[in-house]
Amino acid sequence: MTTQTLDSSAMDKSVSKNRMLYAVLLFLGLVAPLAIYPVFLMKVLCFALFACAFNLMLGYGGLLSFGHAAFLATGGYITGHVVMQWGVTPEIGILIGTLCSAAMGFVFGKLAIRRQGIYFAMITLALSQLVFFLYVQAPFTGGENGLQGIPRGELFGVISLADNMPMYYFVFAIFVLGFALIHRTIHSPFGQILKAIRENEPRAVSLGYDVDKYKLVAFVISAGLAGLAGSTKSLVFQLSSLTDAHWHMSGEVILMTLLGGVGTIFGPVVGAATVVTLQNYLSQGPLASWVPVILGLIFVICVLIFRSGIVGEIQKFAKKNFS
Amino acid sequence: MSQDFVLETQSLTKEFKGFTAVDDVNLQVQRGHIHALIGPNGAGKTTCFNLLTKFLTPTRGTILFNGKDITHSSPTDIAKMGMVRSFQISAVFPHLTVMDNVRIALQRKLGTSFHFWKSDKSLDVLNDRAMELLEEVDLGKWADTITVEMPYGRKRALELATTLALEPELMLLDEPTQGMGHEDVERVMHLIKKVSAGRTILMVEHNLHVVSSLSDRITVLQRGAVLTEGPYEEVSQNPDVREAYMGSEAA
Ligand SMILES: Nc1ncnc2c1ncn2[C@@H]1O[C@H](COP(=O)(O)OP(=O)(O)O)[C@@H](O)[C@H]1O
Ligand SMILES: [Mg+2]
Repeated sequence: MTTQTLDSSAMDKSVSKNRMLYAVLLFLGLVAPLAIYPVFLMKVLCFALFACAFNLMLGYGGLLSFGHAAFLATGGYITGHVVMQWGVTPEIGILIGTLCSAAMGFVFGKLAIRRQGIYFAMITLALSQLVFFLYVQAPFTGGENGLQGIPRGELFGVISLADNMPMYYFVFAIFVLGFALIHRTIHSPFGQILKAIRENEPRAVSLGYDVDKYKLVAFVISAGLAGLAGSTKSLVFQLSSLTDAHWHMSGEVILMTLLGGVGTIFGPVVGAATVVTLQNYLSQGPLASWVPVILGLIFVICVLIFRSGIVGEIQKFAKKNFS
Repeated sequence: MSQDFVLETQSLTKEFKGFTAVDDVNLQVQRGHIHALIGPNGAGKTTCFNLLTKFLTPTRGTILFNGKDITHSSPTDIAKMGMVRSFQISAVFPHLTVMDNVRIALQRKLGTSFHFWKSDKSLDVLNDRAMELLEEVDLGKWADTITVEMPYGRKRALELATTLALEPELMLLDEPTQGMGHEDVERVMHLIKKVSAGRTILMVEHNLHVVSSLSDRITVLQRGAVLTEGPYEEVSQNPDVREAYMGSEAA
């Protein structure tokens, strides 16, 4: 029994260790654009936020959504549309995009959450395909061309985001906020119940928790944050396209999360960074057309050998050797 | 009349594709009693529990809890009303600490369980009560252990503590001593006796030693139907029961 007992000083130590880690990462995030191309970093951050949002559902809610592309795309299209047509400032555009995705999450959730496992995945996939075809037809999405030339605008109507540096810090701030919200959600009274449901759903029911409602709230938060990622991405690249709505995208976010480590807080960030980096470097070289195959191979290796993902395996290794 | 009974069923029936697992059961559980539900494997005891807590929907019949018709209530509402069940297979949250298991149950009455923006430190106000409950089932020393690492008997004790945390009026225990060694059986037996003060317990139990020493009243199920009902002395003398169930085990 002593192996798992944490006395309070050990607990304090791990808390302060975590604080240190977050401080270092924050610092790295602030200086990163001095060394690395900011647009690449922004792409990583957007996908990292997307994967973190997805992970909240799979890793902590225990539900595999195969339709998260719909939320990413909705955020992007709505933000692009209101920024271009209504001329709102970027932060308002992002807010509206995020809220629309959360609302869509509510509808998806209402329809899918009673189902479990593969049925949940299938219903979310079907609904997201519906959304995809809607966006192919709808006039405001620009069809095959997408929305091009979305202006980045001026933050609060004051700070121009046209240059990559200010844009980067804006995106970084959004990422930190989104990440903090997920972190808090996991470590909240709500997060406790979510974990209980994942651990033993019938028991949670028998203790008087209405599990469907908890899952629905988690799904809406997850969808909203996926929308936030999509909204932000549409301003970074000044583009919203059908690529984001395609089921490939739903698959990609699963890959990122599993690769990095599902159910770990940093896993999705590491997974997203790995996938985006691979895509970027490979697509410039002679292997360009092999990118999907290489990603598929990585996926297979990950599922077969490194089941807990990069971060999960590191944690296991650290636990075995240093504690 | 119904005031004396915490729980009452009228013609409770459950059919699975033509097969009747629970057949026209009229059960009455008196307030303050430890009431045992016994019967051979497959008699329909667990199914009965699933019906009472609405984990399954009855094909026919009525369930009254404190005289109120709960036949159409949801499992969540039934738990909130004060009827809380345990499961035949140990029902813990395996990868949470022992303390957290109990806190999950206590947390509901704080009314903050949907607050995803609040720190989980706000749950620390429950620690004292959680510790009390753990002490009550001799688990104080295990509070910080990850539940999955505990021996089986201890997990069942934790289940009891978690159920008790809700201060249920009626506890349904499905084979609380199943798969336990002799010492654990004795411990759990004393626990049940201890926690039965001030509440009603309906339990499924195979161990006749436990049944005879704990229960005020016994209902015997056979092939889904009630074979007989009464206090242990009476039931154990019934020739049908001796043949159907106890024959091999009872002296
Ligand atoms: N969900 C179900 N579907 C079909 N048959 C079931 C189901 N649950 C239980 N049964 C059947 O009902 C009968 C009673 O089972 P159960 O209530 O578990 O018995 P006990 O707990 O008394 O051992 C068994 O024959 C079992 O196979
Ligand atoms: Mg049973």
